[in-house]
Amino acid sequence: MWIKKNLKIALLGNPNAGKSSLFNHLTGLNQKIGNFPGVTIDKKTGVSKLSENIYADIIDLPGIYSLYPKTLDERIVFDILNNPDDASYPDLIVVVVDASNLKRNLLLFTQIRDLGFPVILALNMLDLAEKNGVNINIEKLKKELEVPVVLINGRSGKGVDQLKAALACPIHNIPKSFLNPLELAPEVVGEIKKRFNISNDYKALQLAHQFENLDSITSEGKTVLEDICRRNNFDSVLKQSEETIFRYESISRLISDNVIEKLPGEKDRLSNKLDKALTHKIFGYLIFFFLLFLIFQAIFAWAALPMDWIDSGIATLNEFLQNTLPGGPLTDLLTEGLIAGLGGILIFIPQIAILFMFIAILEESGYMSRVMFIMDKIMRKVGMNGRSVVPLISGVACAVPAIMATRNIENWKERMITIFVTPFMSCSARIPVYTILIALVVPEIKVLGILNMQGLVLMALYLLGFVVALLSGWLLNFILKSNEKGYFIMEFPVYKIPRWKNVGLTIVEKVKAFVFGAGKIIIAISIILWVLASYGPGKKMAQAEAEVLNQSKELALSNEEIKNRVAAKKLEYSYAGYFGKTIEPVIKPLGFDWKIGIALITSFAAREVFIGTMSTIYSIGEDAGGDQTTIKEKMKAELNPETGQPFYTPALAVSLLLFYAFAMQCMSTLAIVYRETKGWKWPLLQFIFMTGLAYLSSYIAYQSLT
Amino acid sequence: MGNAQKSVADLKIGEKGTICCFKDKDMSLKLLEMGCLPGSEVKLCCKAPLGDPICIMVSGYNLSLRMDEASTIMLR
Repeated sequence: MWIKKNLKIALLGNPNAGKSSLFNHLTGLNQKIGNFPGVTIDKKTGVSKLSENIYADIIDLPGIYSLYPKTLDERIVFDILNNPDDASYPDLIVVVVDASNLKRNLLLFTQIRDLGFPVILALNMLDLAEKNGVNINIEKLKKELEVPVVLINGRSGKGVDQLKAALACPIHNIPKSFLNPLELAPEVVGEIKKRFNISNDYKALQLAHQFENLDSITSEGKTVLEDICRRNNFDSVLKQSEETIFRYESISRLISDNVIEKLPGEKDRLSNKLDKALTHKIFGYLIFFFLLFLIFQAIFAWAALPMDWIDSGIATLNEFLQNTLPGGPLTDLLTEGLIAGLGGILIFIPQIAILFMFIAILEESGYMSRVMFIMDKIMRKVGMNGRSVVPLISGVACAVPAIMATRNIENWKERMITIFVTPFMSCSARIPVYTILIALVVPEIKVLGILNMQGLVLMALYLLGFVVALLSGWLLNFILKSNEKGYFIMEFPVYKIPRWKNVGLTIVEKVKAFVFGAGKIIIAISIILWVLASYGPGKKMAQAEAEVLNQSKELALSNEEIKNRVAAKKLEYSYAGYFGKTIEPVIKPLGFDWKIGIALITSFAAREVFIGTMSTIYSIGEDAGGDQTTIKEKMKAELNPETGQPFYTPALAVSLLLFYAFAMQCMSTLAIVYRETKGWKWPLLQFIFMTGLAYLSSYIAYQSLT
Repeated sequence: MGNAQKSVADLKIGEKGTICCFKDKDMSLKLLEMGCLPGSEVKLCCKAPLGDPICIMVSGYNLSLRMDEASTIMLR
């Protein structure tokens, strides 16, 4: 018997069955996140060492309840299982089954087994089942299901070695199908088998149900299948419900002999008790808002210290390089372009890590489902769904993964509205802009002795984004028409203590995605900006320099002051200065000058570039040997050339804050909206609506405050 | 009889019932998959603070659904 070196193994199972924990145990840090070809669904793969010389590629497929898809995410599964040419087509499938909910979990298992794949059943959460008074006779279960059954504990990793050993053994025996599709729809199954040369009955039946949405079927194939179904009056809905009922009946028969089922002692279930409090009329909302408040305070307080380290680390590195390397454009490009840009990315890591830590904990613990539950009715009023809460909360970290998380909203209208309003949520890219502007104009004082005033203002900005998101949703709810019904049929998982390994891996995954995804754009923009700010059209720059030097001779200025004046003049006549000046008339009513104009232009690549741009603008022309003051102090020192007063007045700060709160300034978000909505209509509308709102509100704020 | 048939949406908190059939064909597929089978017992566990959605216990686990979804599950 020859064994292929890299076995392809797919993990399948119900959501919450412990699939991702098992995946983490099997692959550790050897994980890769990619996309399934043609669709935008996250594909997690990893390599696992099964034995001395057998390695396996593990593929984590989306969690599903049955092979019949209800959401976009679920659609991918049968498409892969139907297409032997697909890169992810498995040699073997591990079905992860939650023992505490055996019947429902076995529904999917019987479907997978009937497709004719070699299957291993990984029985998880046996401890929970026993606590609920359910005892499972494993030996009998193995015999009835005719597949290898391995007990695992997704939390502790117990049983993972046994599972690896089982995976390394080839499976020859493909048992007889549970369901006989030839009894359910004889003509259709028979014809499809013959026409498409398929040996498996159940696969033929699945094709009849699902061909319309399968990418692996050619359009000619679809026409043929449509014809077969029509000629034989194939009623997909009826056949599906007959199949489901039949499967549950056979599972019940199987289980009654194998599982000694006692009724779960409902009263002593901690989960139900917790639910009483967490979904309570008043306490439910209070607890939720308290948690949100805690998260925001934590982001502001905990992230401050590591952010200072990164900030001063980058400054020290820059200073060191400027002192050691020979002066010249290359050194300048490295320190003022590349490293300044890099600093702009690294500084986010603490905040993104903390945010995703909280989101991961809320999801892992099962609390997120309760949040969806208590928020559903409110969200429905504004055209969304309880499930929209996860994208909206994730949007606080980054709109890109948040918009991808809307895929499990089945209803088109609810999904479009969620996608449209999610970028209003204050993402972490806005935090540095907010932080700097707040630090400039809001005093660092304590309110009521414990609360940080700056933290409160930050929270107000988050609330503002949220309220505007809801109002926009409410507006869209009137405009968009749809007859499709929204679903909210959702499992309430039992509360669990979060698995820290999973939380840790989520943080690593999200930070990596941010650094390598958004990071590329930010670095590229930083370098382009440095070039634009260092060079100008024609001889204007040189002329300006000579002019300033001449003027300065008459004034008694120190060398340092002359240098700064020259630098400022040079920037004004650089390409960047020209860009900024061109748009200055448009942004002047908002209180912005051409320097902010430059930052606004570069921000349209990504908001956080604002800080990078500001530091590039203000650090250019600074004496290389001089003190590296931080960007905040530089902005504080900036004077208004007309009045001689500080340039960053509260009115300007408010206007800038509002602009950054509302404007669509993220290329990555527009790209993901384009991908998710399959067209330019939605990203374009979003851009116009958000940026228009931003301009209007900044205008009103600035004009009324000055 | 003449009385309108009772659905899961009519249950009071803590009250139990037995599923008889479904009113909405498409919705029934999802409900069946989630373990709401004709003949199985449901219990209304709790309601969201605004009265909708609700949480039911069926097939040994908790399932949440909206009132209009619950009203398609008819009881015996």
